[in-house]
Amino acid sequence: MNEHIVKSYEDELAQLDRKIAHMGGLVENIVGSAFDALELRDPGLAEQAIASDKTVDAMQHEIEQQIIAMIARRQPMADDLRQIMGALRISGELERIGDLGKNIAKRALTIAGETYPRPLMSGLRRMLDLALRQLKDVLDAYADRNTELAIKVRGADALIDATYNSVFRELLTYMMEDPRNISLCTHLLFGAKNIERIGDHATNIAEAIYYLVKGETVMEDRPKGDRTSSTLITR
Amino acid sequence: MNDTISVCRVDGKITIDGQDIYDPTLDVVQLRARVGMVFQKPNPFPKSIYENVAYGPRIHGLAKSKSELDEIVTASLEKAGLWKEVKDRLNDTGTGLSGGQQQRLCIARAIAVSPDVILMDEPCSALDPIATAKVEELIDELRTNFCIIIVTHSMQQAARVSQRTAFFHLGDLIEEGETSQIFTAPKDEKTKAYITGRFG
Repeated sequence: MNEHIVKSYEDELAQLDRKIAHMGGLVENIVGSAFDALELRDPGLAEQAIASDKTVDAMQHEIEQQIIAMIARRQPMADDLRQIMGALRISGELERIGDLGKNIAKRALTIAGETYPRPLMSGLRRMLDLALRQLKDVLDAYADRNTELAIKVRGADALIDATYNSVFRELLTYMMEDPRNISLCTHLLFGAKNIERIGDHATNIAEAIYYLVKGETVMEDRPKGDRTSSTLITR
Repeated sequence: MNDTISVCRVDGKITIDGQDIYDPTLDVVQLRARVGMVFQKPNPFPKSIYENVAYGPRIHGLAKSKSELDEIVTASLEKAGLWKEVKDRLNDTGTGLSGGQQQRLCIARAIAVSPDVILMDEPCSALDPIATAKVEELIDELRTNFCIIIVTHSMQQAARVSQRTAFFHLGDLIEEGETSQIFTAPKDEKTKAYITGRFG
């Protein structure tokens, strides 16, 4: 489509896209370094991630304010309207992902002095890499308005859920084997849950992208694979 | 009027309830009673407020007595949301009212003959925002009894006021549909470009 006749309108929409991309990049960093902090037992890295989340919150607020002003001033229609509402949704999802990353960093600080069993960490690392991949893909999908990639992200969340299921079972088993593991494993469990939630937020962003581009909601049920709410190990 | 111009040519067909309005056997006077018209610039007759509204019903013989005519005038002014403002000065000239009131008088005049369809050509473009809002509210109330077709250049007005919207460009009908669908997810690229302000 052509550009807007009023150039400043076109510029504002482009600026919105840039802000989302920037926010997405910050959030990717927070999640990545928070988990690194956990794996490497690095409090410095954890503190950095926690501090960065403040910037993410400020960005979300800024994006929201711009969107409210644009709605009042421009009365956006059709694709512009969907883009602006999409940006609002997506910035909210990114802000939540930032919070989840910050939470992982906080737990990294808490358990920095403990020994972690390797197999547990490798399960979590696998989850984290999948979630980061989802986040990267969905941010690319937004930038390119690529609905195929968005649908792929939506479907791939099942793998994170499956990995979470097995990490969940592993942690339960560990805790049952030795009560001294409970503290550590509980924090790791929350960490794993946070990563699973990051995956869910990425699929929310994917759905927002689909609506933004197509003007219709993705209809088929999202594949849901999280079985932990019905997992019980009693030996 | 078109009959007096030898080179006048009409293409296509407009029907009301299946009747072609250009059918030479159609009674044009009856047609004009069925289709009301409100113009862009309010154009009350240079007559009293009462006479503006009474004119149509009188010439169509819709009232058998003065009191019936009074009833029609009162009811039309009430339906047009103007009664309270003019009830004590029905003999004052219509052109002495404010722009917004004049437009509502023209709407009262149009509905006095109980048309089936009311055509409005940019009815609010000459009005201030509050007068516009009053006319839009009136349109919302009238739509239970009349089919109303509005031409407007304001996307926002079309989006606010209508249930169905049609987009025309250089004489062609480009797209027509439910108003919320047209303004959130239009199907045609031209429609999209026009309503978002990418070409005009």
